[in-house]
Amino acid sequence: MTLLSVRDLQLSIHRAPILHGLDFDIRAGEVFGLVGESGSGKSMTALALMQLLPYGGTSTGRAAMGGENLLALSERRMCALRGREIGMIFQEPMTALNPVKTIGDQVAETLMIHGAASRRAALEVARERLDRVGLFEERFPLDRFPHELSGGQRQRVCIAMAVALRPKLLIADEPTTALDVTTQAQILDLLKGLVEEEDMALMLITHDLAVVAGMADHVAVMQAGRIVEAGPTEALFRTRAHDYTRRLFAASDHAPARQVTRTEKPLLEVAGAERAYTLPRTRPFGPQSHFRAVKGVSFTLHEGESLGLVGESGCGKSTLARAILGLDVLQGGTIRLGGEAVRAGHHMHRTMRAKMQAVFQDPYGSFNPRWTVARLVAEPLHLLHEPPADPAARVASALEEVGLVPADARKYIHEFSGGQRQRIAIARALILRPRLIVLDEAVSALDVRVRAQVLDLLAELQSRHGLAYLFISHDLAVVRAITDRVLVMQAGEIVEEGETGRVFDAPAHAYTKTLVAASPRLPPDWREDDAARQTVV
Amino acid sequence: MLSFVLSRLGSLALSLVVASLVIFAVVQIIPGDPATFMMGLNATPASVETLRKALGLTGSLPVRYLHWVGGMLSGDLGTSYTYRVPVAGLVLQRLQVSLPLTLFALFLSLALALPAGILAAARRGRGADLTVMGFTQLGIAVPNFWFAMLLALLFALKLHWLPAGGFPGWKAGVLPVLRSLTLPAIALALPQAAILARVMRSSLIDTLGQDFIRTARAKGLSSGQAVRRHAVRNALIPVLTILGLQFSFLLAGGIIIENVFYLPGLGRLIFQGITQRDLIVVQSVVMLLVAAVIVVNFVVEIAYALIDPRLRRQA
Amino acid sequence: MRGRGRATLWIGACLAGFFLALAILSYVWTPYPYAAMDIAQKFRPPGPLHWLGTDQFGRDVASQLMVGARTSIAVAVVAVAIGMAGGVPLGLWAAARRGSLTDEVIQRGGDLVFAFPAIVIAILITSVFGPSALNAILAIGIFNIPVFARVTRAGALSLWTLDYIRAAQVAGKRRARISVEHILPNVANLLIVQGTIQFSLGILAEAGLSYVGLGAQPPTPSWGRMLADSQTMMAFAPQLAIFPGLAIVLTVLGLNLMGDGLRDLLDPRLRRRS
Repeated sequence: MTLLSVRDLQLSIHRAPILHGLDFDIRAGEVFGLVGESGSGKSMTALALMQLLPYGGTSTGRAAMGGENLLALSERRMCALRGREIGMIFQEPMTALNPVKTIGDQVAETLMIHGAASRRAALEVARERLDRVGLFEERFPLDRFPHELSGGQRQRVCIAMAVALRPKLLIADEPTTALDVTTQAQILDLLKGLVEEEDMALMLITHDLAVVAGMADHVAVMQAGRIVEAGPTEALFRTRAHDYTRRLFAASDHAPARQVTRTEKPLLEVAGAERAYTLPRTRPFGPQSHFRAVKGVSFTLHEGESLGLVGESGCGKSTLARAILGLDVLQGGTIRLGGEAVRAGHHMHRTMRAKMQAVFQDPYGSFNPRWTVARLVAEPLHLLHEPPADPAARVASALEEVGLVPADARKYIHEFSGGQRQRIAIARALILRPRLIVLDEAVSALDVRVRAQVLDLLAELQSRHGLAYLFISHDLAVVRAITDRVLVMQAGEIVEEGETGRVFDAPAHAYTKTLVAASPRLPPDWREDDAARQTVV
Repeated sequence: MLSFVLSRLGSLALSLVVASLVIFAVVQIIPGDPATFMMGLNATPASVETLRKALGLTGSLPVRYLHWVGGMLSGDLGTSYTYRVPVAGLVLQRLQVSLPLTLFALFLSLALALPAGILAAARRGRGADLTVMGFTQLGIAVPNFWFAMLLALLFALKLHWLPAGGFPGWKAGVLPVLRSLTLPAIALALPQAAILARVMRSSLIDTLGQDFIRTARAKGLSSGQAVRRHAVRNALIPVLTILGLQFSFLLAGGIIIENVFYLPGLGRLIFQGITQRDLIVVQSVVMLLVAAVIVVNFVVEIAYALIDPRLRRQA
Repeated sequence: MRGRGRATLWIGACLAGFFLALAILSYVWTPYPYAAMDIAQKFRPPGPLHWLGTDQFGRDVASQLMVGARTSIAVAVVAVAIGMAGGVPLGLWAAARRGSLTDEVIQRGGDLVFAFPAIVIAILITSVFGPSALNAILAIGIFNIPVFARVTRAGALSLWTLDYIRAAQVAGKRRARISVEHILPNVANLLIVQGTIQFSLGILAEAGLSYVGLGAQPPTPSWGRMLADSQTMMAFAPQLAIFPGLAIVLTVLGLNLMGDGLRDLLDPRLRRRS
């Protein structure tokens, strides 16, 4: 039975067209996946259905639900529908809750605003719903404030809020993108369970094909404001009729062709690294407590090797990276690069710094917006004892190495896309011909197709120059694609270490097992059809 | 919460000590000998010595400082050179004018600014918003003492509705006092209200753009309900900061406005002190004003914690 | 929004520029010598001879206003310069050493200065040194220092979390150099906007101080003192109270509009969209 039927949904914001006539149906009690890259219009589709468009947005077409056209309803009627018939949860649980109201009040509000219950009754229902999403009374009484909860817990509160009145449709817009993989798996399980138990349809919006593959009954693929393909999930991904679906699918678990450049010569040696932070006192004269972010970590990275470091947020991997880059001091242990000790701040010698460069996550925050690309890429030349004779030529060749043209040197960073920016960041890291590049979540902010291209580039540069990579990421698929060996970090400790393929295929440590099990993957046999078909062609 | 209050109390005490040191240094160290300074150049050494004794200005600097601070803590603000009476008595008398004036103005500016700011933010870009913003733009640009003069010109000199100046004293009753303070309080409040309304508006607009407002709307709250139930309380946090700062502007403005309306408040006392080189009065009244600002800011910080649960746990 | 920002900016710049031009012009030309008394011509209403009338000594109001503009603008400009010269380096330093003792001292110091409104600083200085325009400059300037320090620190702190700062550190640059090369140019917009705001506040504060006699002393004309002098004659010569007040309002309004326009134009959040 069709619950929601959307026909010719068009949307423009300040007259700029965003959606160009979408058609899709969501059946009662099913999971409907909407996938696409950033900017494809998936979130706007959801906001149009909720009639919560940003200022200047207008939508036309039909979205029929229970005999009414959502797009033509009065604001008053929409208010009555939102929360009662259609619930919605969003991407960023950290900011999705009102910081000055308790979680109990916020869940109860859904009931009270619709006149469904008195305050006392609403709070009882809130308790029951919070229990249902796994936030039990003992640890999560109703008078908790959002800031006392983790991201995953907050997302559970949001879900409890959205399903408090048992709506027929729940729209989830990238509900797990901001969460760690193990938390993601739990939230997805919770959503699946709710769909089954409460006969609720779920519209799951995500950029992650693997998530959709594991969840959705039907799926629609969006590109630039259009649905290019829709159908039952497995059939659609097996056939991949549309070219865009095919490319998206291929990029989703793309592994670049890599040559082995790894040697047995140690380059980076970390021994017993310790880093603790002082926590604020909880009582006026209480004991000073410490948080040990990195607890006695030791490992060796060889010349030409690509070493992965995986772990969830807060596991200490970024702290460790800062220490390796000499940006932060260690309280114990040593870090040696090419046999010499790394020390924080300007105690570190320039020639040593020149052996090690970094690429960071954020393609937007990685560059001073007021500098030209030439100046940005040339910044590490500061580490040379005397300025090079031909800085412009060095910049030009670095840009060419990453697939850009020398003329780009005169431009400013806002003229480039996210993927191009990461190429510029790599050029900046390359210009000194370092031995080691630390890549801190360097491809995490990129869309899958761009990510695949950047991974290809990294593989190519490694084989050409024999570079060593320390590849830090929360994404197991990416680490598998680009590294020889991997370290798994949990709560400041390295719990498992070994050849990447071996660790991920046959994890030994319990935590690694959880991590691997929680990481969504496209079923491998779906891919084979493609190979089979291509051989036929 | 307790540790939060304790740590704020600590910094409150420290601020007061440093402020008192600064004031003491400016008034008692820079001019050399305060007694000589007060009596002028042609005073005889004997009369200077008499004055010094009379005002308790004997002894080394640390002794004098401790004497001054100790006195203040026990309610003794020293002796006025001009009036030869305890400064504390003078201050108490003048506070009967200045304190009601400040509170009256504070009340007026809040009563005007908050609704105006909320209205403007809720009707962003529409007529009501443009009107409010236009008036606040003007309100910020108008010097309060000139505004006071215009008010006096219109309502006192031309229309004779309210007195142009002077203070009847509390013995005359509440109504005459209110009448005499109305124009000064309006003059003081309106420019402050303009600033406050703008802060309220922009803070509320920022809050309305936050994710949790979208969450609330997705639950079925109308935009008006979202403003009332979720946005206003969050938006008040930055408004409180400005309110704390505003208090010092109200005090400062009060000093000037008292001059326009010939009100015998702290401002007048301090100017008499300056013209008569009565350093003791200046020193004590300035310390009082600064202490008031510091204490108000302390109260504001505590109020933050009441509004925002995230602050309660921090030290 | 951009179009409106630009319009606001132009209207503001024209208003403020007009009074700035008058102030500069007053050095070479005024309708009458500003201090020339002519008792026979006292209390003239505005007319063709004296555009804005004359005061109780028959002095030309327009000429006094022009010279008064000079005083107001000079005091406010120098006070902004003091605030920037003192506050910006402190703010940069505090941000570069976030959470350190230095940062704490700079911040608490700022809080302490905020406890002394400009008029209280002026009162303290005047009680010891006697009144002068210099006191007004000092009082307003000192109050401006923590204002600029706070704005700079807040802007710098958000920049310090960005990856290009980490990249600069990986390139071996020291915090002081990063502050100058990367942070300062990117907080410049904030400082320009704050500068305009403090400029207009400075004009208001100067007027207030000279109104109560803590600012420029006779015979130097200033808008605040002209208002103070006019007060006793308000009943029969209200124009004496109107014109200096209007001059203050229009100058301050112009500067505020300029500040708003600049903010709209320079705000990176708005710029990214274009």
